[in-house]
Amino acid sequence: MIHDIEYETMPREALEAIQLRRLQTTLAHVYANVPFYRKKFQEVGMVPADISSLADLRRIPFTTKQDLRDNYPFDMFAVPMDNVVRIHVSSGTTGQPTVVGYTARDIGTWSMLMARALAAGGAGRGEIIHNAYGYGLFTGGLGVHYGAERLGASVIPVSGGNTQRQVVIMRDFGPTIMTATPSYALHLAEVAEEMGVSFDSLKFKFGIFGAEPWSEKMRDEIERKLNLTAVDIYGLSEVMGPGVAIECHEAKQGLHVFEDHFIPEIVDPNTLEPLPYGATGELVFTSLTKEAFPVIRYRTRDITSLNPEPCICGRTLVRMNRVTGRSDDMLIIRGVNVFPSQIESVLMETEAVAPHYQLVVDREDNLDVLTVKVEVGEQSFTDEVKGLQDLERRITKHIKELLGVSARVKLVEPKAIERSEGKAVRVVDNRDI
Amino acid sequence: MTDYIVEEHMQVEQISVFLENKSGRLSEVTAILAEAEVNIRALALADTSDFGVLRLIVDDTEKARQTLKSNGFTVGKTDVVAVEVTDRPGGLHGILTMLHDAKLNVEYMYAFVRSSGDNAVIIFRIEQEQEAIRLLESKGVNVIDGQRLYSL
Repeated sequence: MIHDIEYETMPREALEAIQLRRLQTTLAHVYANVPFYRKKFQEVGMVPADISSLADLRRIPFTTKQDLRDNYPFDMFAVPMDNVVRIHVSSGTTGQPTVVGYTARDIGTWSMLMARALAAGGAGRGEIIHNAYGYGLFTGGLGVHYGAERLGASVIPVSGGNTQRQVVIMRDFGPTIMTATPSYALHLAEVAEEMGVSFDSLKFKFGIFGAEPWSEKMRDEIERKLNLTAVDIYGLSEVMGPGVAIECHEAKQGLHVFEDHFIPEIVDPNTLEPLPYGATGELVFTSLTKEAFPVIRYRTRDITSLNPEPCICGRTLVRMNRVTGRSDDMLIIRGVNVFPSQIESVLMETEAVAPHYQLVVDREDNLDVLTVKVEVGEQSFTDEVKGLQDLERRITKHIKELLGVSARVKLVEPKAIERSEGKAVRVVDNRDI
Repeated sequence: MTDYIVEEHMQVEQISVFLENKSGRLSEVTAILAEAEVNIRALALADTSDFGVLRLIVDDTEKARQTLKSNGFTVGKTDVVAVEVTDRPGGLHGILTMLHDAKLNVEYMYAFVRSSGDNAVIIFRIEQEQEAIRLLESKGVNVIDGQRLYSL
């Protein structure tokens, strides 16, 4: 179902007129209220009034994750704290998380966009949504929650974890829509099977999965094991949270970007030159309606392409294809962003650990498993097994505390980690997705 | 003060080597030591599912250490206590009781390959090794110093 017929099926010309007007408003807003953006404009000798067409957007410099980090925690906010009603935190980089804020109107916009997204994925009034995205600092849980309420659906805020109880809830409450990370959905399927609960006896019709990369192969598996239609949802907290783009269950071919609120661009990650429709490159977003935390040409690092072809669902919104990779070394482990540099700083902070490490990611029983191999140097070596096991535990604990991911720490001999041209191979991703 | 210096000589140097749990690693260590003509006098291996710690007493600690290090192993050095234990029922128990009563914790222990006369030799790793040596000697237990042990 299309939640917002007017905007979601708007002729391109009318849409672009709205985009330009909103872009001009947003640029004036950030220029007046965020010193960081004002400086960026001044660097290229521009003022917001110079923007007279959508094409002019490409004259404005990019914003990176590092910029957000440099302005930690609140310096990117474009409104006084008096007007901020919600704060979320994205999983961090190098020990420094990114903090985002929302005004009451931002929460309203986000709820409306999530309502659109859920509707595109098959939800509606009368449906029961089993929301297994984590609630908390992560935008996933609350994002879906507010959208579900806005849509008038019944939402079960089950959050992540306690999988057996989730199976009981699924069996007893008969939810019809599942929202979760795709890997957790498959995990749920396995636990249900162990408990003797068959998905064929459950009432699920649709699943809306995202927050981590997945593939068509995984979609087939999820649809088969969970007996539902699975669609992909995209979002990131810096841009808003979930609900930036959504696949319609009619076509299941790419995610419609809510262009009346966000302008997507694809750029060459090396030259940063804008690329035409169909070309694969890095996805860049400019927010058009956000008040507390607008982003201008934010580099997501996600690699994809845009498809302007009309869609059978009737939406006129451009579609982004599945994210196929990253233009940096970020790993997504069970929905949590992890940079090798973060693990490195944890290791450095854990006394006496040699700087040689490797992250190995596997998928076991459909869940991401992160193993951190650490070379044992003389400073960290003790002849007591207990002491070495303590070291493993300390590192595991630090990683969990700082990054929120569970890692297995495995001590290895010096030089055990393969070097490539003298440089240690930092990441081995064995996930076949 | 003089006492202290005398006791300092009573401990024995042990080297330890970090090993991943994979086949062939132990024999690599023994090959390297054989090549360097280092004689292994005692050895114990403690392991987990992932890794092991090989503890060695050799006739030339420094040479063994340097050779293993230059072959890329992580090598540590620890002081341990070698004690003569009467080779009869309760011999070891008597010593452990003394240590326990004095609240001296044994981190680990293993038997030395050779005996000393009629007595067995047991290697103890004790955190407060000087205190342990003092205690054992005061109770008439024979603590064997490094020089004697390496040449047993």
